[in-house]
Amino acid sequence: MTSVKMELDNISFAYDSAPILKELSLFIQESDFIGLIGPNGSGKSTLLKIMGGILKPDSGCIKFKGSETRRISKKIFAQSVSWIPQGNPMVFPFKVSEVVLMGRHPHLSALSFESHEDFNISQRAMKTTMTSEFSERFFNEISEGEKQRVMIASALAQNPELMLLDEPTSALDLKYQIEIMNILKDLNTNHKMTLIVAMHDLNLASRFCNRIILINEGKVVSDGTPLQVLKKDILEQVYGIELDLDFKNGHTLIHPKIDS
Amino acid sequence: MNLRSYTTTLSIFFLLLLITLCIAPLIGSTDISLTRAFSTTLSNSNNIDASILFQVRLPRILLGAITGAALSVAGAVLQALLRNDLAAPFTLGVSSGAALGAVIAIALNLNFTLLGFPIISLFSFMGSLGAILLVFNLVRTRHGEFPTGVLLLAGVTANFFFASLVMFIHYLADFSQSFTIIRWLMGGLDITDYNTILTVFPIVFIGIFILLFVSRDLNLISTGVHSASSRGVNVKKIQKIGFVTASLITGTVVATCGPIGFVGLIVPHIVRLFVGPDLRILIPASMLFGASFLVFCDTFARTLLAPTEIPVGIITAMLGGPFFVWLLKRKRPI
Repeated sequence: MTSVKMELDNISFAYDSAPILKELSLFIQESDFIGLIGPNGSGKSTLLKIMGGILKPDSGCIKFKGSETRRISKKIFAQSVSWIPQGNPMVFPFKVSEVVLMGRHPHLSALSFESHEDFNISQRAMKTTMTSEFSERFFNEISEGEKQRVMIASALAQNPELMLLDEPTSALDLKYQIEIMNILKDLNTNHKMTLIVAMHDLNLASRFCNRIILINEGKVVSDGTPLQVLKKDILEQVYGIELDLDFKNGHTLIHPKIDS
Repeated sequence: MNLRSYTTTLSIFFLLLLITLCIAPLIGSTDISLTRAFSTTLSNSNNIDASILFQVRLPRILLGAITGAALSVAGAVLQALLRNDLAAPFTLGVSSGAALGAVIAIALNLNFTLLGFPIISLFSFMGSLGAILLVFNLVRTRHGEFPTGVLLLAGVTANFFFASLVMFIHYLADFSQSFTIIRWLMGGLDITDYNTILTVFPIVFIGIFILLFVSRDLNLISTGVHSASSRGVNVKKIQKIGFVTASLITGTVVATCGPIGFVGLIVPHIVRLFVGPDLRILIPASMLFGASFLVFCDTFARTLLAPTEIPVGIITAMLGGPFFVWLLKRKRPI
């Protein structure tokens, strides 16, 4: 019996008048590795920001390990939950090591410097994400794949139990995509990290995640194992195109049909 | 960053300021002798060297240091808050609001002191407060956020709007008012009494301390408001503290010295090239270097065409511009 990490109950949210999330409810279990999929504009990023405490829902209730998040201070919440944005343009020339150390923020008090322990924790985070070798380079100088790994290192330095990632693989080439997903898989299996990853690549989600949540127009359409969710009729309806589905080594593979 | 490299770096900047503050009073259109200035045999009224040193030069130099420190720190903080290299203390309309206030006082021929402050300074301070309130209330969303793009646009628009009101009043002003207006707009450090310094110093000092207190939160905001929020930063609160404090210290020094340009834009950039973008060190280092820089520029302003004194606002960009371009060519990491 695994315990419930996060519980979303009837969450609604709108930026202006157009609703983005409509009475959405979810349970996140401990050690879930969730692929959050859905078309552009379906509400994936907004949902992650709501779960990360960045946006406040207009209505509904979020519980983290049984307590309502609106009663938890931002700082305490950030000691357990981290969120990684989709690409992060940096205006100022921070070094990679400085960006990773910023993950320690919720563990520090005002006017203080990072302790020896904070340095050790971020060094471990950089080792896990294979970013140590360019720790003294400027964040703006490294490649997109390296940046994404640095952002994961920074989130790891936060020492979270739950990590929310907004399309970490979308801007990356094949090799980097697999590299990132392998790092996440390792965190999930060896460090009991609960992960929710918004992504567009259904095949990647099918291969790596143990649970897939398909959302569309602010609602959960389907939720379960990859084999349960990645069904031809549901996907064709949500994405509005025709698809071919294959099965290989126990995984579903999805190919769009292209007229030619 | 560790404490040792932090104190070493700040000590160097502190030493630079100390040297500047020691040398600057000795330079001027009149040569003064220190032995005579500190002589105990001469009475105060007869000691011309002492009165030049203590009554004329020293307050001006101290005011320059405070002003340079305030503008540089405000610039560093606004660049971080707005995540924009080109932001400066005057970007959000503080200086043009101050100018409007000052110009109204000049045009109304108000020339007295209230509670010990010159009425022009009071008007200009109110002008800068008014400008800040206007811009922030216009920009604030219903969720209580300040979207930086809109804030920048609103600030620039406010600058143009107030500037055109200033020009309008200036156009209608008579010759002597017109001269006073132009002279105020150039910015200068030539109001010299210790009372002014005693008012300005605590405001600036407390303001800088508050900004230092939230400097790590500001670091995170400078990398993005959402990721800052996910790291536990109360973004709305820190934005409010940052904008209000930076604007207040700016408004305070602008009310006494006029809009001295360029310092607040370029000093944070110069200092960042040496110490990096971490505001925990960028704020105190900008404070120390900004103080040295403006005192240095003002020494030029006092002596370049001696005995005529040029407003320091003319000198800052004239000296600082080429220096910064040279530095950029040599040190730019990327």
